[in-house]
Amino acid sequence: MKFGIVVFPGTWSDRDTHHAVSGVLGQDADYIWHGDANLDQFDAIVLPGGFSYGDFLRCGAIARFSPVMEAVIAFADRGGPVLGICNGFQVLCEAGLLPGVLMRNDHLEFRCIWTDLRVENASTMFTSAATEGQTLHIPMSHGEGNYQADEATIERLEGNGQVVFRYADANGNVTPEINPNGSINNIAGIVNERGNVLGLMPHPEKACEKLIGGEDGNVIFTSMIESAVQTLA
Amino acid sequence: MTASQETLDEIALSRAEYEAIVDRLGREPGPLELGLFGALWSEHCGYKHTKALLRTLPSSSERMLVAPGAENAGVIDLGDGLAIAMKIESHNHPSAVEPFEGAATGVGGIIRDIFAMGARPIALLNSLRFGQPTDARTRYLLNGVIGGISSYGNCIGIPDVGGEIFFSDTYKGNPLVNAMCVGLIENGKMASASAKEPGDLLLLVGADTGRDGIHGASGLASRTFEEHAELRSAVQVGNPFLEKVLIEACLEALDLPGVVGLQDCGAAGITSAAIEMAERSGMGLQLHVDRVPRREEGMTPYEVMLSESQERMLLAVTHGKEGPVFALFEKWDLDATVIGEFENGRDVRIFDNGSAVSSTPIVTLTDAPEYRFTATKPDWLKTLQNADMTATPMPEATPEDVLLKMLAAPNIASKFPVYRQYDYHVQTNTVIEPGGDAAVLRLKGTKRGIALSTDCNGRICYLDPNVGTAIAVAEACRNLSVTGAEPIALTDGLNFGNPETPDVQFQLTEVIAGMTRAANAFGIPIVSGNASLYNETAGTSIYPTPIIGALGVLDDVEKHSTIGFKSEGDVIVLLGSDSAWDTIDGLAGSEYLELVHGRVEGQPVLDLDLEVRVQAVCRDAVRAGLVASAHDLSEGGMAVAIAESAITGGIGASISESPGDGNRWDAAMFGESQSRILLSVSSENLVEIETLAAAQDVPTAVIGAVGGDSLSFGDSISVPLNDASDAWKNGFSAATSDQPQK
Repeated sequence: MKFGIVVFPGTWSDRDTHHAVSGVLGQDADYIWHGDANLDQFDAIVLPGGFSYGDFLRCGAIARFSPVMEAVIAFADRGGPVLGICNGFQVLCEAGLLPGVLMRNDHLEFRCIWTDLRVENASTMFTSAATEGQTLHIPMSHGEGNYQADEATIERLEGNGQVVFRYADANGNVTPEINPNGSINNIAGIVNERGNVLGLMPHPEKACEKLIGGEDGNVIFTSMIESAVQTLA
Repeated sequence: MTASQETLDEIALSRAEYEAIVDRLGREPGPLELGLFGALWSEHCGYKHTKALLRTLPSSSERMLVAPGAENAGVIDLGDGLAIAMKIESHNHPSAVEPFEGAATGVGGIIRDIFAMGARPIALLNSLRFGQPTDARTRYLLNGVIGGISSYGNCIGIPDVGGEIFFSDTYKGNPLVNAMCVGLIENGKMASASAKEPGDLLLLVGADTGRDGIHGASGLASRTFEEHAELRSAVQVGNPFLEKVLIEACLEALDLPGVVGLQDCGAAGITSAAIEMAERSGMGLQLHVDRVPRREEGMTPYEVMLSESQERMLLAVTHGKEGPVFALFEKWDLDATVIGEFENGRDVRIFDNGSAVSSTPIVTLTDAPEYRFTATKPDWLKTLQNADMTATPMPEATPEDVLLKMLAAPNIASKFPVYRQYDYHVQTNTVIEPGGDAAVLRLKGTKRGIALSTDCNGRICYLDPNVGTAIAVAEACRNLSVTGAEPIALTDGLNFGNPETPDVQFQLTEVIAGMTRAANAFGIPIVSGNASLYNETAGTSIYPTPIIGALGVLDDVEKHSTIGFKSEGDVIVLLGSDSAWDTIDGLAGSEYLELVHGRVEGQPVLDLDLEVRVQAVCRDAVRAGLVASAHDLSEGGMAVAIAESAITGGIGASISESPGDGNRWDAAMFGESQSRILLSVSSENLVEIETLAAAQDVPTAVIGAVGGDSLSFGDSISVPLNDASDAWKNGFSAATSDQPQK
């Protein structure tokens, strides 16, 4: 399987993502410059974390106009898997591939902490290697991860099982106290209706080896790899 | 025409220095030329008061690839084509004037020094000093500085893995903001800040040049400034996004065949960067200021030359090979402009629209005067050192209450509320996160790791600059050794008061002597450094604060140790002393003495020979896999170290012996005698550890056991672990919040 990792000016988890999917999980991976528009060689696209265009104007607001994003939208429309991590999630929302917005954390500070994500839907191509209700120990690192959307959208997301991850405690309890940024319903990650575009704020690529604190992030990449194998077979 | 006093004040040159310039040139300098001298002869660039002393620091090592001062940062060899570039830099005065941008651009500046070496920056650390947080302005400075570091570091994708924060009244008007950056050089691809041959082009890349930061080096950094709020305009404004792009573009550019040199544009802007580059290359240089892209109209050559606009770098490029370089920078949407050319001769010739505006021999500019001084120990210091520790009254509070107060003190309490605002995971190398004694990073593609720490207790250095600095070196190294890493190099950030006063001259001299003594004892070099002078609060010099950054290596990074207790029943062993508890002498300069009794006095002591052996035993024990946890004893002494290991591990501890046998329990629990390391080990490993220690003649004591849900010291003193944990975890926020305090 070949991952395409998009690089905008200001992206910084491109190399970390490459290490996780290629160095640790042994898959092919290549970088895609934001000015390129050809994604033919890739089986999955990752929009990694960072501060694309310095987060000027609004996180992800400039990146969505990059030539590569037209290609990513077309890729997603064809059913190709697209994973947006942190800033990548923000770009997906700005590009209209996912509903809602990511606002400033409610406490107004940047937060770099380990989180426990409760898997709410284990039937997506990003979570098939997990079990429902399981928690994944994955760090987050953002100042603007407070997910919000209008009531109807939230109702639809919840009703369709599009809320994939919620901030929880280590035992999987979803409480207001554990919510690290003010996200509505403790939402940490969502998929689109078709189920092939996932955005999440925490960084699975930063939890890819025991030596650096854990490898729960691999569950997401492994799920993508397994479902790609099934699709190809 | 002779320069007016007003002009000289503006650029911080003395009348005698002006006369020296006239003498060297054989004529009066022109206004632009005088600006060049002001910048290059500033303390910040010229090291007038410290150069002679810095030369005495130990810098020889088989591992040394680039000596201190030779390039933008020192470089130390790790073998296998890997090398580490590291340096500390201060941004104290800008941060005192404008904390957010001051701290942010401090981070930005030190990062440029590192990637100028061809190194990819892999870690940041910050060493911060403030007045007491009860003061509202101090809280404003604290929040601004943390915000600036967070904003710049997070955006740029370099993990912020460690550092310290220390509060003392001495820093009230003059906080210290020292940033350390560490970079990894792979495949021996080190860069130099020099040209190869006459005809090489000088390219300016990155940001446009504005009026920001003019006189930053000569004004803010090189004189006292408390009354100079108008110097705010001398603080630069940072753009981390631009710097992130600049890092990628410059590291990529170094792979192009025509790119021969890379130089940071920092203090004193193009003046310092270009002229130092020419000097290093042994060539002359012609510079065309009209070609410098600007963000403001009507800038004079003087302003262009002295601007400290951020996120700019200089490249030396072989004539005729600049095409691919322009293409590369265009790919990254960055400006690249030829602004000059290296040439035969030894002059810097500056042109504006084709006409020469100045021509000066480079050596005259760069060879700043050196001031030497003899140092006598001041009488007030003798009095402080001779203070009788036994005269310290016993506290009225119980040992339990004093322990909780110590754990909640902002100098001791957990700094998690600060470092959770910094990304310490990015680049996915962080093996030990902030909160331990040192950070540990793995080096991808190898089994190895590096450990990093910064340390300096200004209070101890004030009481004895020589011993205090040796203690700073010892502690910085001890922080590495407890993880299992072997110290291999040091960098220093010297922060002092006014060097024109005898007290500060004494402090400078003794600090350098102490640093030399300690570095020699460990057999490691000082690879780079920075000096910030004229740090004063209300006309009084700050405590001498020589911040030590230390680098260590772990041959097998899997075999590291952390500070938290691990398992019920593990034995607690003290390395470095045969008694669990400290003696009355340990109160000298201690946190307890200041926090509880409001006194800063006593004679700090360090046995360097013992220190080196204690650390060696600890490293051997960690490497042999004998240790469950290892923690350095520092501020707060034994009781605080036990509490920290217990809180971090989430498991209690009991110490068998009563502190001080009921007499001077305060000194016993909170004394800060050096060269002590707290280990927890499973009982079957105890004999092996004792054997290791005995072989090195290091005293040990088995002092207690891990377990339970309280901290108990002897039969009568006990604190619930939850209470200790609450005090330690909430202390910092409680002490630094703007809410009224109880």
